[in-house]
Amino acid sequence: MKEIKYVIKDKEGIHARPAGLFVKEAAAYPCTVTICKGEKEADAKRIFGIMGLGAKCGEEIIVRTNGEKEEEAIEALGKFLEENL
Amino acid sequence: MLLKGKSVFGGIAIGRLSVYGKKDHQVKRIKIHDTEAEVIRFTSAREKAKDQLTVLYDKALKEVGEVNAMIFEVHKMMLDDLDYIESITNMIRSQEVNAEFATATTGDNFAGMFSAMEDEYMRERAADVRDISNRVISVLQGASEGKEMGDEPVILLAEDLAPSETVQLDKSKVLSFVTRKGSTNSHTAILARTMNIPALIGVSLDNLEEMDGKWGIVDGYEGTLYVEPDRETLLRYEKLKEEDEQKKRLLQELKGKDNVTLDGKKIHLYANIGSVADVANVLANDAGGIGLFRSEFLFLESEDFPTEEVQFNAYKTVAENMAGKKVIIRTLDIGADKQVDYFGLEKEENPAMGYRAIRICLDRKEIFKTQLRAIYRASYYGTISIMFPMIISVREVKEIKEIIAEVKAELDQENLPYKDAEIGIMIETPAAVMISDLLAKEVDFFSIGTNDLTQYTLAIDRQNPKLDSIYDSHHEAVLRMLKMVVENGHKEDCWVGICGELGADTTLTEEFLRMGFDELSVTPSMILKVRDKIRSVNLSLK
Repeated sequence: MKEIKYVIKDKEGIHARPAGLFVKEAAAYPCTVTICKGEKEADAKRIFGIMGLGAKCGEEIIVRTNGEKEEEAIEALGKFLEENL
Repeated sequence: MLLKGKSVFGGIAIGRLSVYGKKDHQVKRIKIHDTEAEVIRFTSAREKAKDQLTVLYDKALKEVGEVNAMIFEVHKMMLDDLDYIESITNMIRSQEVNAEFATATTGDNFAGMFSAMEDEYMRERAADVRDISNRVISVLQGASEGKEMGDEPVILLAEDLAPSETVQLDKSKVLSFVTRKGSTNSHTAILARTMNIPALIGVSLDNLEEMDGKWGIVDGYEGTLYVEPDRETLLRYEKLKEEDEQKKRLLQELKGKDNVTLDGKKIHLYANIGSVADVANVLANDAGGIGLFRSEFLFLESEDFPTEEVQFNAYKTVAENMAGKKVIIRTLDIGADKQVDYFGLEKEENPAMGYRAIRICLDRKEIFKTQLRAIYRASYYGTISIMFPMIISVREVKEIKEIIAEVKAELDQENLPYKDAEIGIMIETPAAVMISDLLAKEVDFFSIGTNDLTQYTLAIDRQNPKLDSIYDSHHEAVLRMLKMVVENGHKEDCWVGICGELGADTTLTEEFLRMGFDELSVTPSMILKVRDKIRSVNLSLK
């Protein structure tokens, strides 16, 4: 299992558009991808789950990948977060 | 009848009011025996709904751009969400209900989740969930999409509009959107802004049905909706609308275009501002920079001398908002007609020629230094130039430069970052004109304040209404002075501009271009008119 922590910098938080793009990115990998914020955990391949976290600017999220191609996935998703959120 | 709301996009619309009829998705709970067939019915409806969204995405892409069209991609993803799909299929199977009912119930549950969130933006996403569910239900019910519109363009009234509804509308038939719900983040608001049509939200439309078909006016500047306006109001707004449309046309045609003559001569066109809030207007009118930022407002608005921090924040905000474009800050120009109590200035017989502007600054250096420190600190965040008013001698400029050197030394010592700002002076006294050859050696630029220069040159008090008839802003003496300043400035590589009212006088634009001015700074609303004029001039003719 791989894991990264990230603090949201986008002032609108994870709103609909980046959530949608994140789902697309995550869906490209066979491994499971989850996002946690505090106690809440969501499947990153499901848009309602991600949006339901309600992650706002300044809050920390943890992304975990587990399974086939977990390393490539975590790298790509980390890059995505830096660029979009 | 006059109704107030919140404007999300400026503009004026006059037309008949039309109430947008929400299609009523009456969903009945029906017991299903062949649940697997019902799941298949749902799955194919979901596919069809996704196809519709693809079509809408392509349409929105062309009409409102990628960022705004993205919502339909998001809707598609929502329809692909496994939690959503599983919730519906499980309900069909376990409760033996019809697909419409399962979809509506699931939609309500998911919308409820968003409605309960703290974040206002997220709460509004509840509308998206209802929107996708309604789309699937429409397909299941075999209903057709969209509202049938008449031939006449209308002001559209609605409770709220879903993004798919706004895109499906025939845009050429909508003059304005007015909704009871919605927020500045709602898609209706975003789309109205990209469509350039006035829109109001939060309007108390209590008797929606009764308004249908009546005449109305939307004032997107004031945030008002008039229902059945009287004749006088209607005439007033017809005139306003015409002016507004002309301005918008000009804006569309000229935005992003160069300030260049037909024969290829370019000139900088900047804006004059008197407060931080004016920056929005500067950007909306597509100015290339700020040619005169009057710093007096900081002093006039406060009860005591504004601190370095207060000033720094104001200058920094403007520099940042202008994102690297030039911002020329004029240091304090107080005294004369602009009095401030806490300065403790004595009443003067002749304030225009009295203790004012740079004269106060060089006498009370602590005020001046505080301002210079604030400006230099802000210079780090953009492209700032500094300009000094009411100069009459080289000695004054040298003294200013000594103080600047002291300020920089202090900032270095305190490790506060700053950039090396361009230094310029206002040319607004005949003395400065006559020695402009000497002054040009000392500074990077000149900006001519034509209002004061005209009053001092013609010896006409511009506050005295009796002298209006002989106050000639096109006086040959003034025009010759302008020419002289440009020539003397250019000899020493000093660029020259105009920041007085004359700069916006389009009957002189061609002459200014011929004289060789490098910059004109005008009130924001005049930028595009002057640009229009510049682009019509051909200097190679005559």
